[in-house]
Amino acid sequence: MRRDLPAIAFLLLLAMAPFIGFGEGHQLTLLARSMIFGIGAVSLALLVGGAGLASLGHAAMLGFGAYAVVVLDDAGITSMAIVLPVAMLAAAGFALLTGVIAIRTSGVHFIMITLAFGQMAYFTAASLSAYGGDDGYTLYGRTEVFGTRLLENRLAFHYVCLGALTFTWGLCRLLLASRFGRVLRAARENELRVQAVGFSPYPYRLVAYVIAGALGGLAGVLLANSAEFIAPSYLSWQRSGELLFMVILGGLGGLHGAMIGALVFMGLEEWLPHLLGEHWRLVFGPLLILSVLFLRGGLVGLPASLRGIGRG
Amino acid sequence: MLLLLLQGLNGLQLGILLFLVAAGLTLVFGVMDFINLAHGVQYMLGAYLAAFFASLTGSFWLALLFALPSALAFGLLLEWLVFRHLYDRDHLSQVLATFGVILFLNEGVKALWGSAPLQVPMPALLSGGFEIMPGLQYPIYRIAILGAGLATAGLLWLVVERTKVGMLVRAGATNAPMVAALGVDIRRLFMGVFGFGAMLAGFAGVMAAPILSVEPGMGDNLLILAFVVIVIGGIGSIRGAFLAALMVGLIETLGKSLMPDLMRLFMDPSSARQTGAALASMLIYIAMAAILAVRPAGLFPVRAA
Repeated sequence: MRRDLPAIAFLLLLAMAPFIGFGEGHQLTLLARSMIFGIGAVSLALLVGGAGLASLGHAAMLGFGAYAVVVLDDAGITSMAIVLPVAMLAAAGFALLTGVIAIRTSGVHFIMITLAFGQMAYFTAASLSAYGGDDGYTLYGRTEVFGTRLLENRLAFHYVCLGALTFTWGLCRLLLASRFGRVLRAARENELRVQAVGFSPYPYRLVAYVIAGALGGLAGVLLANSAEFIAPSYLSWQRSGELLFMVILGGLGGLHGAMIGALVFMGLEEWLPHLLGEHWRLVFGPLLILSVLFLRGGLVGLPASLRGIGRG
Repeated sequence: MLLLLLQGLNGLQLGILLFLVAAGLTLVFGVMDFINLAHGVQYMLGAYLAAFFASLTGSFWLALLFALPSALAFGLLLEWLVFRHLYDRDHLSQVLATFGVILFLNEGVKALWGSAPLQVPMPALLSGGFEIMPGLQYPIYRIAILGAGLATAGLLWLVVERTKVGMLVRAGATNAPMVAALGVDIRRLFMGVFGFGAMLAGFAGVMAAPILSVEPGMGDNLLILAFVVIVIGGIGSIRGAFLAALMVGLIETLGKSLMPDLMRLFMDPSSARQTGAALASMLIYIAMAAILAVRPAGLFPVRAA
């Protein structure tokens, strides 16, 4: 329970955010986007931190969720009760199909094969000319919840995203603490020993991959609703790289690292251009390098490292 | 038939460029187990350096002469500043830190030269066409790229397979700790390999500059293709990289020109064009997934198990 305190505190802060000075429109939009990418990052952290599977194609899962919204919207279906299950099933289905092959490999090859599948999804999205192709698709209304346009209200959308993030974190947390999660973590540490005690890691990893995919689909639905616009660039490998970076920036010490990493990343992406003008990436790139070189435990490991320095 | 021949030549030429980029990547990856996403920007830098020196001197040849050592120096500088601190880190950290290098350099060239594409004039000696068949002209420059690339590949093969340094590199790719234990300064060896790889990628960039537009981010797509090449070929294998590069170049180019026509057999022209284009872009990834599913270590694995 004590280990969960930082995560719970972080979620509570997000719940209070609209009332402690972050209630303006663009701030709520930024927070919602951070939470949405937080869902993507936490589901990816389940794979990277939990199962040791560094996927460079996770943006495709978000893409499947987002494009499910688009396809159903084009067909006139905008009810969340239909959109959400379809989106999550679509993403989970894609994860299952590609995971069957990808999980057979490990290490660098896993990174590369997930990248390959991500690129396939990207090119497929770019060829969907009925849904805008390269130019993307504009949603003229957000998905309806029980027939109401609840999501159009920024404050309501904030809490929907927060609920989804809390659900994702809770689910991944429970999974990692369960027997299932123990097998995953043990197989990450030493595959041979896990096999020796009679577990085959493959089905466990595959299930984790599919669950992470479904949660990515959930993030995709919210992403489409938040931006009200979806383009293939949401599926590009650079997006997958950014998701991985959020996870690592936050730190693999716990799932809350991914949430914090997503918030900090989105914050930097928002504020650096204001602060530094057009060429803000000249600072952002080196920041990224420095954080990898010096923040070994990620942001959540920072207090421990500072204590270490203090003790000399 | 004619189209097939032309596209085949174009495919080979893309394959050669890919090989020059992938060769350095696969050696760096093989010897030091280091994933360098920033290898693609070395290619971009080569092209930009060529554009810069060409506008300064007005000559492609002088630009080539100056661009190569500059690319080498830049590669060594990056190694010294960033990469050497990442060798003993996990792959994920390497991917992220080199991703940061990409962001910085892409933005850097944008800040220095603007985001509009630059043009590099073709050398007068190599401009014009060459009649490969009666009535069929093929640009001499593209043939020169093929020739220069093949010559470089041959030279590389000689160095790697027939010299002492090459032997150390191959030994390093198979089992680096063992080579270090035998008293070889593996860090210096790696620095050499790294600088050389950066120069090869820069060379590819210089050669591509007159026929492609020189723009920020031009290395990113090529980098992904180069990674596909080294994974298909087997990490650390020059021979594998060469064959896989030609294969990927041919699949990519032929796929783009033939797939839409092929699809027209099954569906109406407009959807055939789109499905064909999407399928063509996917072909190499499908090939990679298929090869990895059957041979998880690539076609020519070198790493000792």
